[in-house]
Amino acid sequence: MAARKASAKAPAAKRRAAAPDPYAVGPLGLFQLVDEDGKAVAQVPELPEGLPERFLEAMLFQRALDQRMLNLQRQGRIGFYGTAKGQEGATLGSGAAFAPEDWLFPALREGAVALWRGMALEHYIAQCFGNGADPTHGRQMPCHYSDRGARYVSLSSPIATQVSQAVGAARAMQVRGEGQHVAGAWMGDGATSENDFHAALNFAGVWKAPVVFVCQNNQWAISVPLSMQTASETLAVKAEAYGMPGVRVDGNDVLACYVAVAAAVERARRGEGPTFVECLTYRLGGHSSSDDPTKYRDESEAAIWEKRDPLLRHRAWLTAEGRWDDAREEAFLAESGKRITDAIATVEAAEPVDRATLFTDVWATMPALLADQQRRLDEDLPV
Amino acid sequence: MPQMTMLQAINDAMHVAMERDPDVVMLGEDIGKKGGVFGATDGLYDKFGALRVMDTPLSECGIIGTAVGMALYGLKPVPEIQFLDFIYPAFDQIVSEMAKMRYRSGGQFTCPMVVRSPSGGGIRGGHYHSQSSEAYFAHTPGLRVVMPSTPADAKGMLLASIFNEDPVIFLEPKALYRHGKQEVQEGWYTTSLDEARRVREGDDVTVVTWGAMVPIVEDAAGTAAENGVACDVIDLRSILPWDYDTVLDSVRKTGRLVVVQEAPRTCGFASEVAATVAEKAIDSLEAPIARVTGFDTPFPYALEHVYKPDKKRVLGAIEFTARWA
Ligand SMILES: Cc1ncc(C[n+]2csc(CCOP(=O)(O)OP(=O)(O)O)c2C)c(N)n1
Ligand SMILES: [Mg+2]
Repeated sequence: MAARKASAKAPAAKRRAAAPDPYAVGPLGLFQLVDEDGKAVAQVPELPEGLPERFLEAMLFQRALDQRMLNLQRQGRIGFYGTAKGQEGATLGSGAAFAPEDWLFPALREGAVALWRGMALEHYIAQCFGNGADPTHGRQMPCHYSDRGARYVSLSSPIATQVSQAVGAARAMQVRGEGQHVAGAWMGDGATSENDFHAALNFAGVWKAPVVFVCQNNQWAISVPLSMQTASETLAVKAEAYGMPGVRVDGNDVLACYVAVAAAVERARRGEGPTFVECLTYRLGGHSSSDDPTKYRDESEAAIWEKRDPLLRHRAWLTAEGRWDDAREEAFLAESGKRITDAIATVEAAEPVDRATLFTDVWATMPALLADQQRRLDEDLPV
Repeated sequence: MPQMTMLQAINDAMHVAMERDPDVVMLGEDIGKKGGVFGATDGLYDKFGALRVMDTPLSECGIIGTAVGMALYGLKPVPEIQFLDFIYPAFDQIVSEMAKMRYRSGGQFTCPMVVRSPSGGGIRGGHYHSQSSEAYFAHTPGLRVVMPSTPADAKGMLLASIFNEDPVIFLEPKALYRHGKQEVQEGWYTTSLDEARRVREGDDVTVVTWGAMVPIVEDAAGTAAENGVACDVIDLRSILPWDYDTVLDSVRKTGRLVVVQEAPRTCGFASEVAATVAEKAIDSLEAPIARVTGFDTPFPYALEHVYKPDKKRVLGAIEFTARWA
């Protein structure tokens, strides 16, 4: 990670130096506010009251939750899990930049954003158990959340399909004259090779749609490194071909992610069109519970990125600012651990999914042909 | 009542739908100023403007992907795929997204939208302007797959599709676009997406078909009647979910079944019709089920007339089945 030139300069005097502009950094640079040691390298713009603390709490919470869920998978209590370890800064910094009325189209590592926006922890956990406590009736494998209240659109497994859908939602906002709303689409670096990615950016550029694309460039798509995914110098630079600005951000700097994505969201809200934001980060864990990264990547690489952990950096900055201390963290972790434990206990005690839900929600009303199939099953194999 | 071709009836349905509900939007390639390559969207752009009648970039994956997003948000998008043969780049969005959204989200998110596309042969279009791909979509739970065969049905079924909660693949048999005119009711009406249509009553042989094969079967059934064989002709109209009760009732009456489809034979929808009848009404059958279909070849250019089931082949199957003892 090349340090920005500006970072060499001493932080401006406390009084209202202009906050740095991620757009000015451009698609080849790297927008950063806080460096790996937790030192501000540029003026941190004024943020909503308490937001930086909430970021650290949410990151700590997600790290703890991911570890617990992964443990449940290892114990055979849930079938699968994928953590966001190392990407919490990019995830939460970008996710928090959207308003409650905005529509979010997540990829596979943004579960923390659903929680941030109010999805019940029990529903998050129940989705992974796939039991009767899951509002989606255990129909998808774990980590495929869906929450209407949070405007967090149902995730599917096929990579990148959500990106063009976000553009469609943004277009719908224009059609309805509700352009004050914005759509957000997340994707990984691997997703930038898919058809949907290119179609989506192309349509968004032509329509000047109120959409923000957030790419979590964690540098790996399962076992395929970024260098084999694209010959492009950066991912952000791809945006230029679609007639929109590309911004490249230090994805392990939660504040930088927030500021850059918030600027893009505001730009979209003003009717100035889409932005593509690349958050440069790293997947510290395996791709998922089914993956063993030692087969394809050198662990020395992960070790370098362990030091760039977004959580460590943000904690160091907050602590230096006098806004965080060990006692507060301990208390927070203890309370979070209990919340997670309680939620797991509640969810795990739920009944299995009702067999009848196999047949509902396929069509708006059940057609005769499906009712017949259900009747036949119930005759052959009574519940 | 005005006389309309199927193309005019489809166009009329879209005018009615867009007037009725500002959430109805159209998008596709060349559908705006040009009014579509067949003219199906003629006049909509002038009346409703570029924001509701969108000429899109040339990307089927983008057209359907963005339409899914519009539907999620609450619009009723009606994307057009210029020819059904070009729908495959959008297959993922249709099968993985549009069809499964309601189910996978436990009903939290839905995709009420209609993908319109001209289907089948009839314009000497060779491999890529002629295919009948309904079976691919009929294999996808969550979709409605429908194909009208008359102007009046086309309008009523399109309006029913647009104002339906399910995602619909609306297949327009292009061979019938200008096949003839029929009286079509003005203004708003809908035609059931759940019921097959009895085209002709008869007690001797049941003939099940849909889309562009309907008039061919009617013609063959007319000649069969002159030869003393009365056909019970059923136009399925909806391929998925399909109305098998009407088919089964008919077969219980006639004891004989011919299924006619334009699409290739293996795993075509005719196979599903045959299997269902064999499962549920084998006792009524007095003759083997006959299928008249396209061949398991790509849709040909020069030999289109050989490939597509015609009156002769249909009549041959009807008579063979009727005579079986
Ligand atoms: C269309 C499609 N192809 C392949 C897969 C299998 N798959 C799941 S995740 C993944 C890699 C995704 O990489 P990236 O987009 O970088 O996201 P990340 O997992 O790194 O967050 C692959 C190949 C899939 N889910 N969908
Ligand atoms: Mg990746």
